[in-house]
Amino acid sequence: MSTITNARNIEDLRLENLVKTFGDFVAVDDVTLTIPAGSFFALLGASGCGKTTTLRMIAGLEDPTSGTIKVGNADITRLRAFQRPVNTVFQSYALFPHLDIFENVAFGLRRRGIKDVTPAVEAMLELVELAPMARRKPAQLSGGQQQRVAVARALINQPDVLLLDEPLGALDLKLRRQMQIELKRIQTEVGTTFVHVTHDQEEAMTMADTVAVMNAGRIEQMGHPADVYELPKTAFVANFLGQANLFGGSISGRDGEDLVVATHGISMRLPSSRNSASESELLVGVRPEKITILDAIDVGKIPTGNNVVTGTVTDVSYTGVSTQYLVEAPWGQVLNVFEQNVIVGDRSEVGDPVVVHWAPEHTFGLGS
Amino acid sequence: MKWLRSHLVGIIAILVLVYLFVPIAVVMILSFNKPAGKFNVSWNEFSLDGWTNICGVPGVCESFLTSIQIGVVSSLAATVLGTLIAFALVRYRFRGRSTTNLLIFLPMATPEVVMGASLLALFLNLQFPLGQTTIIIAHIMFIISFVVVTVKARLQGMDPRLEEAARDLYASPSQTFRYVTFPLVLPGILGAALLGFALSFDDFIISFFNAGTLVTFPIYIWGAAQRGIPVQVNALATIVFISALVIVLVIQVRGQMKRKALSAAVVNPAAIDVLPRS
Ligand SMILES: Nc1ncnc2c1ncn2[C@@H]1O[C@H](COP(=O)(O)OP(=O)(O)O)[C@@H](O)[C@H]1O
Ligand SMILES: [Mg+2]
Repeated sequence: MSTITNARNIEDLRLENLVKTFGDFVAVDDVTLTIPAGSFFALLGASGCGKTTTLRMIAGLEDPTSGTIKVGNADITRLRAFQRPVNTVFQSYALFPHLDIFENVAFGLRRRGIKDVTPAVEAMLELVELAPMARRKPAQLSGGQQQRVAVARALINQPDVLLLDEPLGALDLKLRRQMQIELKRIQTEVGTTFVHVTHDQEEAMTMADTVAVMNAGRIEQMGHPADVYELPKTAFVANFLGQANLFGGSISGRDGEDLVVATHGISMRLPSSRNSASESELLVGVRPEKITILDAIDVGKIPTGNNVVTGTVTDVSYTGVSTQYLVEAPWGQVLNVFEQNVIVGDRSEVGDPVVVHWAPEHTFGLGS
Repeated sequence: MKWLRSHLVGIIAILVLVYLFVPIAVVMILSFNKPAGKFNVSWNEFSLDGWTNICGVPGVCESFLTSIQIGVVSSLAATVLGTLIAFALVRYRFRGRSTTNLLIFLPMATPEVVMGASLLALFLNLQFPLGQTTIIIAHIMFIISFVVVTVKARLQGMDPRLEEAARDLYASPSQTFRYVTFPLVLPGILGAALLGFALSFDDFIISFFNAGTLVTFPIYIWGAAQRGIPVQVNALATIVFISALVIVLVIQVRGQMKRKALSAAVVNPAAIDVLPRS
């Protein structure tokens, strides 16, 4: 493996005020972010939010309208694609159909004038476990194998940054899970910075050290997957990365470290450190799995200080590991509640009056 | 009756094939004939004269070689020019692009008689001597259209990401063309060249107008038809037909071998290891 591991120091990738417009349409809107060297970075967003465009600008396949792209301190914004220390795994793989697997993988080395490519290519095919396929043509390989050829073809060049554009999008679910583990293993082994674009939030969370959530050309939030999930800063992030129950309200007072929010005639509490709203009008949010559901008569069992909503169960779906309830609050809003199936016994049923509650420290505040 | 119903499709297919191939078979069979009179139209006696003495009739081999020469030169020139035009039309946006796209079709749509006559008028006006050059110019002109259409289709069908991948993998623009674009478009170009040669070799009307005193193979046959076509013409026609058939067969067989290799790989589970074990 020593032929593959990057010996030299790789450096951070930095995007500064990156903008791309197509006519009047702003596809990428003032993106500034630093991707630490050697990290597995996921760019997560809905289809059409500008992920591919961002990658293409980093790769040099698209000229930014404005802004700079740097690797370490070197400005690569104006370099042509073939001059950048960056390689791409394309969404559709884009393997060369007229070349066999060996030549596909050797392509980058040959173009850079490296004479003896055989050891490197063989080591790389070994890494992606395709050594026996070296003389096959891409059309003779399965989807998962083609995907690994695409990774090998890019990685063999030891780029500072490897860009992956929805690399697992074309695979079926089972193979996708397998390749997620595989890609993660390869990344750990070679230590290159991976920028992984996906619209699958689960994929982003399981694979990445850092995830950036993109919406309409902007980065909404960036951080460790758990941090972003536990403390979303915008309503879009709260809803795109998992599910959230959001209540509109306004700050009515303070109680020590907690903010008290008046919402729909009741009050809720959240630690002021978990509020990212700058004004007193805000959205109070909580994740469905943080909520506990009780029969209405058990209201006395709720720990003091918890946020409480009474309601009626409108739907129950049993999913094996958990049960998902829909609970209608008095003001008509329907809450999502997940309960782990750890207790044997009665579950609430449709029509039951219930109370749901959760701790203030699981509550977050967002600008509305 | 029942038998007829279940075999009707097969019978019709055979009839159609017979209809298509009888003329060709007649030409081939008559190449082994020793004609009784001037006209080689009915079977008389087996003879290899047409084959052993294939250039025996004055003019026949000369005209055959002339046609081959014209076909090679004009299809090569038209392929080069047409390929360049196709690249320009697909890859670049320029003023007059859509007009060019339309005009390229004109030679295909123009009746050959009209094109032949107007080219003749043009050459006469310019006082350009008629002969091989004028025929080649005329042929290049109408072959280009076919080349452009064929190569354009191939180029448009190519995934633009392949060239981007090449650029991403350190290929300069010229290397991208040499190692990715050109090899991928090559089958289209070769097909266009073959088609161009066939069109040129076969052409009578346009050539006839612009030949002057030059005799191409089709013109020779047309002239001979008045006096009686020599059996050598049948032999040469058979050679052309067999050559074309061989080319088509080679292409077909190669395609089939590729498909077989592919399906073998898909069917044989040992050949494909879908799930990596680490
Ligand atoms: N070459 C282009 N010309 C015009 N619009 C484009 C072009 N490329 C992308 N877009 C637009 O930019 C937006 C972002 O596209 P893209 O980056 O491909 O999104 P994603 O990869 O996140 O799905 C889309 O609305 C798309 O239609
Ligand atoms: Mg995309």
